[in-house]
Amino acid sequence: MSEDIEFLKKNVRDFVQTEVEAVAMQIEEENKIPERIIEMSKEMGLFGLSIPEEYGGLGIGMVGKCALYEEIGATHNGYTTLIGAHTGIGTVGIVEMGNEEQRQKYLPDMAAGEKIGAFALTEPAAGSNATNLKTTAVKKGDKYILNGTKHYITNATEADVFTVMAVTDPLKGAKGITSFIVEKDFPGFHVGAVEKKMGLRGSHSAEVILEDCEVPVENVLGEEGHGYVNALKILANGRAGLAARNLGSCQKILDMSAIFAQTRVQFNVPIIEHQAVSHMLAEMAMEIETLRSFTYRVAWMVDEGMKVIKEAAMLKLFGSEVYNRVADKAVQVHGGLGYIADYPIERFFRDARITRIYEGTSEIQKNIIAGQLKKDYSL
Amino acid sequence: MNIYVLLKRTFDTEEKIAISGGEINSDGAEFIINPYDEYGVEEAIQIRDSQGGEVTVVSVGSGDAEKQLRTALAIGADKAVLINTEDDLEIGDEFTTAKILVEFLEDKEADLIFAGNVAIDGGSGQVGPRVADLLGIPYVTTITKIEIEGRNVNIIRDVEGSSETIEASLPLLVTAQQGLNEPRYPSLPGIMKAKKKPLEELELADLDLDENDVAAKTKTVDIYLPPKKEGGRILDGEVQDQVKELINLLHSEAKVI
Ligand SMILES: Cc1cc2nc3c(=O)[nH]c(=O)nc-3n(C[C@H](O)[C@H](O)[C@H](O)COP(=O)(O)OP(=O)(O)OC[C@H]3O[C@@H](n4cnc5c(N)ncnc54)[C@H](O)[C@@H]3O)c2cc1C
Ligand SMILES: Cc1cc2nc3c(=O)[nH]c(=O)nc-3n(C[C@H](O)[C@H](O)[C@H](O)COP(=O)(O)OP(=O)(O)OC[C@H]3O[C@@H](n4cnc5c(N)ncnc54)[C@H](O)[C@@H]3O)c2cc1C
Repeated sequence: MSEDIEFLKKNVRDFVQTEVEAVAMQIEEENKIPERIIEMSKEMGLFGLSIPEEYGGLGIGMVGKCALYEEIGATHNGYTTLIGAHTGIGTVGIVEMGNEEQRQKYLPDMAAGEKIGAFALTEPAAGSNATNLKTTAVKKGDKYILNGTKHYITNATEADVFTVMAVTDPLKGAKGITSFIVEKDFPGFHVGAVEKKMGLRGSHSAEVILEDCEVPVENVLGEEGHGYVNALKILANGRAGLAARNLGSCQKILDMSAIFAQTRVQFNVPIIEHQAVSHMLAEMAMEIETLRSFTYRVAWMVDEGMKVIKEAAMLKLFGSEVYNRVADKAVQVHGGLGYIADYPIERFFRDARITRIYEGTSEIQKNIIAGQLKKDYSL
Repeated sequence: MNIYVLLKRTFDTEEKIAISGGEINSDGAEFIINPYDEYGVEEAIQIRDSQGGEVTVVSVGSGDAEKQLRTALAIGADKAVLINTEDDLEIGDEFTTAKILVEFLEDKEADLIFAGNVAIDGGSGQVGPRVADLLGIPYVTTITKIEIEGRNVNIIRDVEGSSETIEASLPLLVTAQQGLNEPRYPSLPGIMKAKKKPLEELELADLDLDENDVAAKTKTVDIYLPPKKEGGRILDGEVQDQVKELINLLHSEAKVI
């Protein structure tokens, strides 16, 4: 890791551990991230993490991004998700598929956090099977008219700019889907019900309702008919970052567990002296170190321009599963305290659970890996 | 407005500090910008942003201080100067630092100089006032508010918890007290841009000084950690006996009577 990245990482760590950690419990109780924290994050440039320098972003590679995501993950996951969804799936579409005009128009504001981004693919009938979209886009003159309902859209309540996938040619299946840049102020755009969730408090996922929503033709993102491929690319691009955020969370709860195990005394010794406990810590540490190596390996491959469909899927899967195992052990090490909501461990345990579901479930990642293996070993 | 900020690299006293061989062990220590100097950097940037001009941060120390200077550049300072005494000086004190700074600042026509009220390591609070004195400009210490109109400066300073309002004029040196502002975190793009900002490195010879000119006037005899706080003791028994035991302990154990 270069000295620059180390320096950026240290500054993000200082900010996250001093400012965000101080309000983590407040975020959990109020289901809201304090405005002050959001403002400070904007000033620090955290919203521009994945945007090139010429559009006001940071312009660092995937290894650098992962280094920073690790720090952003080491605190309340609602905060992590606000930043992660914006800088990941929320902005990457425009960065990767946007034309020069679109980039100029949206990215500087998004880098500054003046405009928040969201990604709207999932629908009630199209979850894992994202080719089954029911939202339609019909061209009328210089506009597309979009109709349909998206759900579980993270940051929908805060976002200004949505990357929306809709069907432009129902006869072509996956090749009949197109992606659009939709602004919240376009006529016919509404945010619907906000979900009550198991965790990720402070981050909000909601319905997006498109009722004869008018989107100018120049807001087609990438080529018509490439929407599904675009969605897969955006999700694949986000995978290393998501794993890095999981890694940060894992490290945080290992830190807490290792300290707790040395201060909590039962049977006259710190519980770390009970081998059953110390072995849990050893397993946590080993899995975290493995995840760290794998994360930076895939990030490096991305920076080298290598094809990482299989590896990114493996990393998304592994990172999520490790986070869940580590969080489970962290609860166990903490005993009853690990189950009590006055203490952060139970929150991480609940927040870990979503990582096996969103941005492609663990099962879907295995399907992707297996599909690639079939190609690798084609007879 | 031509603003200079004196900045010291110091260890983070919120982290664990260890002493070995009569010196602070720097291996495990975390290093930061002296927090009082950080208030100075923040204030200088705010003044520059509202009134125009340039902010230069200056540090006397070893090559390692480059990190803290880069941080100040990332926060928003325009230029940095490191006066590296690593090869020239074994030890130095407040006189040494002040003398070097004055030699550097003399021809810079600074309108306003910020220093920290104290450095959290040495804690002498001397460097700022010494620099002002040697430069022949006025100084105001422990300021918590500063307003500048033309050449006039209105200041509120902290005096042991109360405040005092002072009128002064430029050129001026002030030392920053907690409460002056809330320093911002360096922005990430700021950090990237800081790499391209000028950081000049000087040695004593560049200032026409040699080690005799700046030889320390004081000597550090010993460095030790404060004794570990131990739990209090509660005496029991009859009051008469408690008093007797207390006196006994003050005499034989604490050796204060
Ligand atoms: C908090 C939260 C935030 C979200 N944020 C966003 C967002 O910002 N944008 C967005 O577009 N979406 C978002 N989603 C949606 C998320 O990506 C989907 O929930 C996820 O892809 C799963 O889809 P589903 O819920 O419809 O489940 P289903 O697809 O119905 O899956 C149910 C179960 O069946 C399994 N399954 C389905 N198909 C197969 C198969 N072929 N092989 C094996 N197993 C299979 C799944 O793995 C799962 O276990 C979010 C969801 C949540 C809960
Ligand atoms: C929701 C809830 C309801 C509860 N209800 C009741 C109730 O109704 N009545 C009641 O009396 N109690 C109740 N409890 C307390 C519960 O039984 C204890 O929390 C539990 O026994 C663990 O004790 P502890 O929390 O002090 O953890 P600790 O004993 O500190 O354990 C911490 C960790 O160390 C491990 N450990 C400790 N000693 C050893 C050892 N010798 N060898 C190996 N590993 C060891 C533990 O397995 C655990 O992983 C409740 C707790 C909760 C959270």
